[in-house]
Amino acid sequence: MSAYVLTDSWTMTRRELAHWARQPVQVVVSLVFPVMLLLMFGYLIGGGRAVEGQYVDYLVPGMLALTMAFGLEGTMVGVTQDLNKGVIDRFRSMPMADGAVLVGRSAADMLQSAIGLVVLIGVGLALGWRPHAGPGEFLGAVGLLLLFRFAMLWVGIQLALVAGRPELVQAVQILVWPVGFLSNALATPAAMPDWLGTVVQWNPMSQTATAVRDLFGGPGGESGHVWAAVAWPLALLAVFFPLAVRRFRALGG
Amino acid sequence: MCSVADAVITVEDAHKTYGGKGTKKALDGLDLVVARGTVHGVLGPNGAGKTTLVRILSTLLRPDAGRVEVAGHDVLTEARAVRLRIGLLGQHAALDEELGGRQNLEMFARLHHLGARHARVRADELLERFDLGDTGRKPVRAYSGGMRRRLDLAASLVTDPEILFLDEPTTGLDPHGRAEVWSAVRSLVGGGTTVLLTTQYLEEADQLAHRVSVVDRGRVIADGTPDELKSRTGGDRIDVVLRDAGQLGAAVALLPLPAADIRVDADRRLLSAPVVDRMTALSGVVRALEEGGIQAEDVALRRPTLDEVFLHLTGAEEVAA
Repeated sequence: MSAYVLTDSWTMTRRELAHWARQPVQVVVSLVFPVMLLLMFGYLIGGGRAVEGQYVDYLVPGMLALTMAFGLEGTMVGVTQDLNKGVIDRFRSMPMADGAVLVGRSAADMLQSAIGLVVLIGVGLALGWRPHAGPGEFLGAVGLLLLFRFAMLWVGIQLALVAGRPELVQAVQILVWPVGFLSNALATPAAMPDWLGTVVQWNPMSQTATAVRDLFGGPGGESGHVWAAVAWPLALLAVFFPLAVRRFRALGG
Repeated sequence: MCSVADAVITVEDAHKTYGGKGTKKALDGLDLVVARGTVHGVLGPNGAGKTTLVRILSTLLRPDAGRVEVAGHDVLTEARAVRLRIGLLGQHAALDEELGGRQNLEMFARLHHLGARHARVRADELLERFDLGDTGRKPVRAYSGGMRRRLDLAASLVTDPEILFLDEPTTGLDPHGRAEVWSAVRSLVGGGTTVLLTTQYLEEADQLAHRVSVVDRGRVIADGTPDELKSRTGGDRIDVVLRDAGQLGAAVALLPLPAADIRVDADRRLLSAPVVDRMTALSGVVRALEEGGIQAEDVALRRPTLDEVFLHLTGAEEVAA
């Protein structure tokens, strides 16, 4: 490890921020998209969901978790784009710290997701969602969401490194949708066939959504799920973080 | 340590095979020594292994076997020490296309661990030097090919590297852009930088390189100064251009040169042959043409081109003739 991990990572993070400044429209679209989904499910499709209480109280935490999961796509696209451009050769032939490229990517993606959460929470509140949580529980819920996003980030980096080419990434991207919807983000498993409900409950995203609903004090929350919402992302990280770092180092094998 | 005094690049028996099947041998026992402060040309056709060599030397690719040292450091075990001392201009622009020229240079300078102020000053210097001062915030993807190449070269020079790798630096450039790159390379060497340059253009190696290694199928098949390589393939040649292509046959019979050595190019009405003694051959040819009543447009002595050298060395001459 080099003494320059922090400065190099900061330089690489600033590079991503400079990209945002160059393409504000893209940034806005990525923030508006989850809002659109929220509105769509809240008003167009969500009327008949079998959820006790206000559907919006069930939907908003689910959408927050779903947005964290979908963040995977942006990470994958960002990583593959870098890998397939000449600039990666310059980075790799420079005396910069090993992990700086990946850390820069993570920092920028986490920042974008945090902003995404703020926007979505704001829109949720405007739609009438009312979390019944103290500041500690509220922050705890946000922390769980970001932890889940962080795990998805490294899953995304690894998948992008394995896929390598933008065409393959597109294929994986499409799979994010069914996997994302195969959760309790939008509908309660109670309303699903048994086998499907089981699959859905095992989805790590469902664990996060359930724990977050619990912390926000809304419908669909079950106490005792916080540990699962911590354990799942940590388990994913334990697998994908070392894989991705090793894969990145092995570029040029 | 090094077999040659002041060798700054040493490659011994380097091997590299792509893909699991072991079908494509990119390097097949390549040896190379580059002396400090020189321009070393690596000349070869597409697929000879030139880019693989540069990628190994610049730590982007690991050799399967062999010893590779750059500036006294092993590329496998001391990659970081190597990276501190090299600059790389690859075949494709290694730039962030979304950012502007100054943003790119400042970023690379920061990654070479220059302070913020120093990085800014350095970026300005390089933009000025490579005539990119007025590009403003325009993203690199909107640059012309020549501008991109200049910025790429500037980016590989942010810290005045000890060794600069140029992988086909003028491929795809117009003659003007090519001349610009050439003059930049010459001025670098004046400053003490060692340059390893790969090229398919024989003229480029002739123009820039002190020594040339001819590479084919992953090995060096010849090594020497451009002059040495030329004399190895038979020394000077004489070219005779006739006014009338119909007289080519008659001229071959008349010239005081072994008929078997004379190459005939009917399209250009050209006869070409190697000579031993320049002046004797020249006066003999002119006299023979006069006496035979054959009108010549041009008679000239010349050194062989590196094209001829390369064809000769790869044994393709018989095929081409």
